[in-house]
Amino acid sequence: MPVFDYAPAPESRDIVALRPGYGLFVDGAFTEPADGGTFKTVNPATEEVLAEVAEAGPADVDRAVAAARRAFDGVWGRMRPAERAKYLFRVARVLQERAREFAVLESLDNGKPIRESRDVDVPLAAAHFFYYAGWADKLRWAGFGGDPRPLGVAGQVIPWNFPLLMAAWKLAPALAAGNTCVLKPAETTPLSALLLAEVLQQVDLPPGVVNIVTGAGGTGRALVAHGGLDKVAFTGSTEVGKQIQRTLAGTRTKLTLELGGKAANIVFDDAPLDQAVEGIVNGIFFNQGHVCCAGSRLLVQESVAEPLLERLKQRLATLRLGDPLDKNTDIGAVNSAAQLERITELAASGDAEGAVRWQPECPLPDRGWWFPPTLFTGVSQSHRIAREEIFGPVLSVLTFRTPDEAVVKANNTPYGLSAGVWSEKGSRILWTAQRLRAGVVWANTFNRFDPASPFGGYKESGFGREGGRHGLEAYLDA
Amino acid sequence: MSLLVPAAEHLPDALASESTLRRFLHGLPGVDQVGAEARAATLATRSIKRESKRWALDMAVRMTDLTTLEGADTPGKVRALSAKAVRPDPSDPTCPSVAAVCVYGDLAGEAAAVVAGSGVHVAAVATAFPSGRASLAVKLADTRDAVAAGADEIDMVIDRGAFLCGRYGEVLEEIVQVKQACGPAHLKVILETGELATLDNARRAAWLAMAGGADFVKTSTGKVTPAATLPVTLVLLEAVRDFAALTGRAVGVKAAGGIRSAKDAIRYLVMVNEVAGERWLTPEAFRFGASTLLNDLLLQRAKQRTGAYAGPDYFTID
Repeated sequence: MPVFDYAPAPESRDIVALRPGYGLFVDGAFTEPADGGTFKTVNPATEEVLAEVAEAGPADVDRAVAAARRAFDGVWGRMRPAERAKYLFRVARVLQERAREFAVLESLDNGKPIRESRDVDVPLAAAHFFYYAGWADKLRWAGFGGDPRPLGVAGQVIPWNFPLLMAAWKLAPALAAGNTCVLKPAETTPLSALLLAEVLQQVDLPPGVVNIVTGAGGTGRALVAHGGLDKVAFTGSTEVGKQIQRTLAGTRTKLTLELGGKAANIVFDDAPLDQAVEGIVNGIFFNQGHVCCAGSRLLVQESVAEPLLERLKQRLATLRLGDPLDKNTDIGAVNSAAQLERITELAASGDAEGAVRWQPECPLPDRGWWFPPTLFTGVSQSHRIAREEIFGPVLSVLTFRTPDEAVVKANNTPYGLSAGVWSEKGSRILWTAQRLRAGVVWANTFNRFDPASPFGGYKESGFGREGGRHGLEAYLDA
Repeated sequence: MSLLVPAAEHLPDALASESTLRRFLHGLPGVDQVGAEARAATLATRSIKRESKRWALDMAVRMTDLTTLEGADTPGKVRALSAKAVRPDPSDPTCPSVAAVCVYGDLAGEAAAVVAGSGVHVAAVATAFPSGRASLAVKLADTRDAVAAGADEIDMVIDRGAFLCGRYGEVLEEIVQVKQACGPAHLKVILETGELATLDNARRAAWLAMAGGADFVKTSTGKVTPAATLPVTLVLLEAVRDFAALTGRAVGVKAAGGIRSAKDAIRYLVMVNEVAGERWLTPEAFRFGASTLLNDLLLQRAKQRTGAYAGPDYFTID
């Protein structure tokens, strides 16, 4: 029994009014799907069913795209940019006003700790709307020509790891640039996007400007393959990203992809060790490691590996795993049984291939899907856990001797989404950052996001940038 | 250096000469200020409720060095404060005593007379507190006077001028000599981190103090802004944790100045718990240097006990 045992401090879920069922948000209203199909979304921490959600088929997708087209031609595409901005500012403000409701709902449906949904997901989602609202009437100064035009209708498919935030990343720049959208949230986490639909009604966004079609892979395929889209934006796995690219090859539909990653977090021997430990923890255990830019490969200089790992293990022992709604929880539930199975399988491959597993003493709840924070040492470049994206709280530790070796190992991956560099020496940070083939390089920090900063990948981590001025390019005829 | 340095057996290379000492201190891992502030801010979001809150409030009372360090201090004022230190809440016999009364050395005798036999310690600031601008002879005499007057804890200040000039050996020697002058009294070494300015300096000064034999490292005099902050306390807690890993000796930490609310105090306790560990969750290893904090702790304690907030007049003003 710990000396200072924190009593449970759960955030009340009463603030969320869950409906038993949710329809599709098409043309400004919630509607039933054509064939009446539904699926269940569950709380991954308890396996309790939260709601029945409509599953959109091809006919529903067609209806949504048609509504978006009408809204583009009739209202949104021709609205004065300053008026578009007002709607986006309103969305941002309502997100802030209803922040607690969104945070609780996100933690319920996704399993992430309330500390993260409250302090990261929801504030950042609001910040994205604020940021792009500001751009709406200043597009000619965005660097894409004197009179950039919107593309038209955008189909957007988002993942389950940051459901609301990814919706904001997709919708805010598209709408600011004058496009209309059909958004498909992930099938395990549709609820915050549907609550966002209520917000869009609350701010009187014209019908059809944003349509939300819920469903699984089939709905996503129907949307992406719908010939009526001018633009497709996808965030998710590299495998699905490649399928989408094949589907759209040779069509007029523009595409941006934000896919997987296997980011290296490089710790040099002159790093600020205690902060590096925090950065490593934040890099891989943030959101249970369900982060495409997670720092899943720790590359540590051999001369400092021992003290660093000792500190890291001490730190991992203080992580608190459990009820996502408890304000003191650091690690919540794995989003789905399927994801837990994948993490478990890949971790087992680490054991089988000769890496050494370390886990702190960490009791897991009886119900729900959980995986304890895990560290593998003795990992080599050829191990699956050093090459494949685990998308879970599993850190692979590799060592290096020289800066050159660090860069070579860091770049030796099909991915290239993000990387971290830890050193107190500025010139070494710059030298390393210039050589890393990754879209984002964090120096002495990790997993920091800002709407003004572009985000996106190299190589099989995708193409196109989201965030910042760069994020507008994907939605303009630049 | 030919000094007999208490930590010499564990840090023989570092303490061999002025230049090795410098190399050792500058070879300590750097502190990234942004990262340290972010960590402190995250820990500050912990939500401490119900029985854990009651435990924390009691612990914070037991860790308080109830302080008065005014030019206008009188024997009467110190006696009143000492009585409060022994029995902070006369309406509640379950309320623990504080750790110590902290006064100027010339009034240590007054405090000692009141707290005698209660278990409450008498801490006296010494070594030309708060500036530390006096000769070593004066500082040592100041220390011996305070101990002779009844202080069993000495709060000394380091020579920040020497530290900022890089004359680390001089700072160390002074600490070693004051420690000797303390005799059986515990030594708390005030780093005055507000004047050291950087977190790197705070970490180096903490190691210097620990090497010199400090029983506690203390953030501030309370006379300089900023005084104790969560990030600087984080760095000191990391330093004592690392020193204990190296030497086995757990040096305490005292956060002093600017901690006024029970909510703040609980944030410090969370940080002690999660950064240094349980070993530091006792009055022997962590202290608050404060004057107004105690009444808020008492107010919150009473709220936990009775379910309602009492008016401020139900708590004594001394």
